[in-house]
Amino acid sequence: MNDILAGLEHALRLVVGFDPTLYEITLRSLSVTLTATLIASLIGLPLGAWLSVNRFRARRFIIATLNALMGLPPVVVGLIVFVIFSRSGPLGIFGLLFTTKVMIIAQVILITPIIASVAHQAIRELWAEYHDLLISLNATRFQRIKALLWDSRRALLTASLTGFGRAVGEVGAIMIVGGNIDHSTRVLTTAIALETGKGNFALALALGFVLIALALGVNYALHFLSRTERSSRW
Amino acid sequence: MVAPLLPLSVRDAEVWRGPTRILGPVSLDLGETGITIVLGPNGGGKTTLLRTLHGLERMRRGSLKWSCSREEALKRQAFVFQQPVIMRRSVVESIAYPLLLDRVPKRDALARAAEIAGNVGLAKHLELPAQVLSGGEKQKMALARALIRRPDLLFLDEPCASLDGESTHEIEEILQRAKADGTRIVMSTHSVGQARRMADQILFIHQGQILEAGPADAFLAGPQTLEARAHINGDLLS
Repeated sequence: MNDILAGLEHALRLVVGFDPTLYEITLRSLSVTLTATLIASLIGLPLGAWLSVNRFRARRFIIATLNALMGLPPVVVGLIVFVIFSRSGPLGIFGLLFTTKVMIIAQVILITPIIASVAHQAIRELWAEYHDLLISLNATRFQRIKALLWDSRRALLTASLTGFGRAVGEVGAIMIVGGNIDHSTRVLTTAIALETGKGNFALALALGFVLIALALGVNYALHFLSRTERSSRW
Repeated sequence: MVAPLLPLSVRDAEVWRGPTRILGPVSLDLGETGITIVLGPNGGGKTTLLRTLHGLERMRRGSLKWSCSREEALKRQAFVFQQPVIMRRSVVESIAYPLLLDRVPKRDALARAAEIAGNVGLAKHLELPAQVLSGGEKQKMALARALIRRPDLLFLDEPCASLDGESTHEIEEILQRAKADGTRIVMSTHSVGQARRMADQILFIHQGQILEAGPADAFLAGPQTLEARAHINGDLLS
């Protein structure tokens, strides 16, 4: 209990004292995770919609695979990405290993299936409702997907936030591909792991509280900006 | 010169659900003017017939010939469902949606939607989410959405089935105005009273078969089949 209280106090001191290291790694965490969430949403949301409105032979297999990939072990993803981007790997030529770019790539791989699956679930239900209307109105396939994405935007925001939640707390993959390099690839989660390893529990807890505050803050901000849960609005 | 949409000729059309034939074989000719009421008891095949004519059901056998191409025909007709499909949008945006699909500029589409919403008595509700409307208002909104493209042919599947007398009267007035503007209307109902008020022609359908087809006055004055007579008299049909 004392450690937790000390951690809270330490966190407050770091935040109020504008600790430059804390702000640096917090901003890096935010930038890496938001970029990964944005890219994964750009892939996952249309993919979820496309799977909802199209019927083809491999559709069930793809949906089952996406659902299975929701539980991808981060360490394994990190290892595969590491091998691919290492100097002797197939994409080693780009020299991305131990940069924030490869950390974003690892996170995109981890959260795209989550966003696509949650989006597919939400859009499938709306498609069942809209199917006859959109066919009757002669909407093209693109127009159908556009209408479904727009009209299920609240549910899709939840899908993206679920992906963000997974990515912001992720440590295994980005530790491997990013290397936890000070002033370069260190983010909140890898810093917490490092400080815990050093036995510096108060600082680790302080960083943990900042991480939780960050996750809550982004969720509050997005809900506020998208005006969810307001009466008489979708 | 635009090719006419009607008459429509349907010959020996059949619709099956798995091993069960739910419609047909039916043959009918749909002329160019007036209101045709598809009358019959629940479960008789009224909805399936309308959905087949509109292209929402696939026929296993038979033919359906429009006076223009099928693609052109589908563009020039609209359908109002028994349970109106409510989009997650405001009333005015929902009504404007078909025009947005046609790439009409949003401002023009919304202005036209506001005008047609006024015609169906929804002027005060333009900015409300469509979901909060009452049952009658939702059906009027669906009707406005169907009419906004000025269709040549309008299908309505029991649009007044769950509405009170006042809402039914309002919907019927809107339909009479649409008919006066030249829209051909094909509407299903199980209500003999509604058929009496609205119909120029009647198709009586029972157990997936059209048992009678002809002018409304003649049908209502002297139905030829036992089933039609029983339905008009309010007897229960098995």
